[in-house]
Amino acid sequence: MAKRLDIKDLNLFYGKFHAVENVSLAVPPKNVTAFIGPSGCGKSTVLRSLNRMHEVAPGARVEGKVLLDGEDIYASTVDPVEVRRTIGMVFQRPNPFPTMSIRDNVVAGLRLSGVKDKKKLDEVAERSLRGANLWNEVKDRLDKPGGGLSGGQQQRLCIARAIAVQPDVLLMDEPCSALDPISTLAIEDLITELKKEYTIVIVTHNMQQAARVSDQTAFFNLLGVGQPGQLIEVDDTEKIFSNPGQKATEDYISGRFG
Amino acid sequence: MKDPVVAKRPARPGDTGAERGVAAAPHASEAPIPPTPEAPETTKAPHVRPGDRIFRGLATGSGVFIVVLIGAIGLFLILQAIPSLGLDNVNFLTSREWNTTDPSNLRFGILDLTLVTVVVALLALLIAMPIALGIALFLTQYAPRNLARPFAYVVDLLAAVPSIVFGLWGLFVLGPVLFPFSEWLIENLGWIPLFAKGNVNVQLGGTIFTAGIVVAVMILPIITAVSREVFERTPTMHVEGAIALGATKWEVVRTTVLPFGKAGYVSASMLGLGRALGETIAVAIILSTATSSFGWSLFDGGSTFASKIALAAPEFNDPRSAGAYIAAGLVLFVLTFVVNAIARSIVAGHKEYE
Repeated sequence: MAKRLDIKDLNLFYGKFHAVENVSLAVPPKNVTAFIGPSGCGKSTVLRSLNRMHEVAPGARVEGKVLLDGEDIYASTVDPVEVRRTIGMVFQRPNPFPTMSIRDNVVAGLRLSGVKDKKKLDEVAERSLRGANLWNEVKDRLDKPGGGLSGGQQQRLCIARAIAVQPDVLLMDEPCSALDPISTLAIEDLITELKKEYTIVIVTHNMQQAARVSDQTAFFNLLGVGQPGQLIEVDDTEKIFSNPGQKATEDYISGRFG
Repeated sequence: MKDPVVAKRPARPGDTGAERGVAAAPHASEAPIPPTPEAPETTKAPHVRPGDRIFRGLATGSGVFIVVLIGAIGLFLILQAIPSLGLDNVNFLTSREWNTTDPSNLRFGILDLTLVTVVVALLALLIAMPIALGIALFLTQYAPRNLARPFAYVVDLLAAVPSIVFGLWGLFVLGPVLFPFSEWLIENLGWIPLFAKGNVNVQLGGTIFTAGIVVAVMILPIITAVSREVFERTPTMHVEGAIALGATKWEVVRTTVLPFGKAGYVSASMLGLGRALGETIAVAIILSTATSSFGWSLFDGGSTFASKIALAAPEFNDPRSAGAYIAAGLVLFVLTFVVNAIARSIVAGHKEYE
């Protein structure tokens, strides 16, 4: 677990539309990489290409390589389902399965991989919920539906679900954008905790959040409407926010546009 | 920049007259333009526009009309049925006899009709439900996008085929085709009452078995169409959640689409059951009338409520015999009503997704 990701010359398309152009980027293990940039710049699209979710959209296409510890996840011999089992994802809006109990939600991924041993599942459920800082809040109602939790709790439930399979990489697509500031703080603290064990890539619109939680920041931009998004620069978060190499980055983080 | 917005607000189409009247005053005083002399007048009495009034009248009228209509139908059935029920010389609910040719000695009971109706409808449902589920899942989950739409049209087209055509098809095409199979079932599984030799000639195919299959085909489109719409509305966030966990296509269906669509599918099936219970002309053409009563075999003949009533039209010249059929119609009305009520309560009880 906690593997590194190397993105090489990635080009992403929706049908004929060239959404993202020539992205190359290294994501070191046990590290938080933040993707920032204006809406429509392709940062979420890049994130979704890292666990082969991009191709789920009709007509979507990928060119280039994404190496997980040196192995291309887009190689023809690789099953996308297997990729998604080792690279977890947390979405913008919390999406626990509404008909499943809290416990079943957490172990859903494990069940899909064929684990049936109830004792093992219970163990993993507890470990993952503790890992997501949710155990104390839900330990007495593990059999209740996950939909009954608050938004912030649901999002932590989704994180617990993602880490239950002990993924090599954890992808987060604006995980706090639907949450209030207190829940956001809880998730941010959790990200800092998770970083000790997992490689994390997070897309965020909130630059303070990127500055608070990430070690490395990648800034994406697009030159105009209908143009493909591009990776402008990637560097240590401290450097990006204090002394960025590009004018566009400086304009964006100082709030002059976007 | 602010003023034009304020000035426009009272004119918004969604505003009711009352709100507008109240809301207009403070805004008008904020605006730099002094209020026109008409403004205070409109604030005094809430002004209702004629268009609003007319539309509300029409909408309310339509709503009341349908309730009154259903009530009137029920009332008609009850009023017409009561005199004949009083003249009935056998127990209406438990007798298998049906003889209304002599209006001075009415002997009619609905037990046989109920059993045949329910067995035909349940057989149809049993056949149609899994097939409809398969079609709906195929159309929403597996079919390529450019194929799904025309395919759905074809299924919908099935609903446009007149039921008399289904009847003829059942009698002349399906019946003979089913004969060897029916014979095999009777010979090999005849010890099960359901597959026992029935009270009509199997070779002619006028059995509950044939009728059930034809009705199954007839209710397939409604179950498919409603299920398809429900499955299509499975929230993308849940589907993506499952995919991101490494679910295969089937696992996505099992963990998200089916739990989400279950209630819709069940109520779609209940709608289909309602149709199957009331299906008239196809069943009337197919089912051979039997001389003995229903003996729990699929290879029996007989009559359903609807087919019995339809075939008895010549007897309706005497109000006392007609009343007997109207009483049967009333039972069918109640039966369908109950089935629909069950469907509604199932949908209402499904709250996880709200």
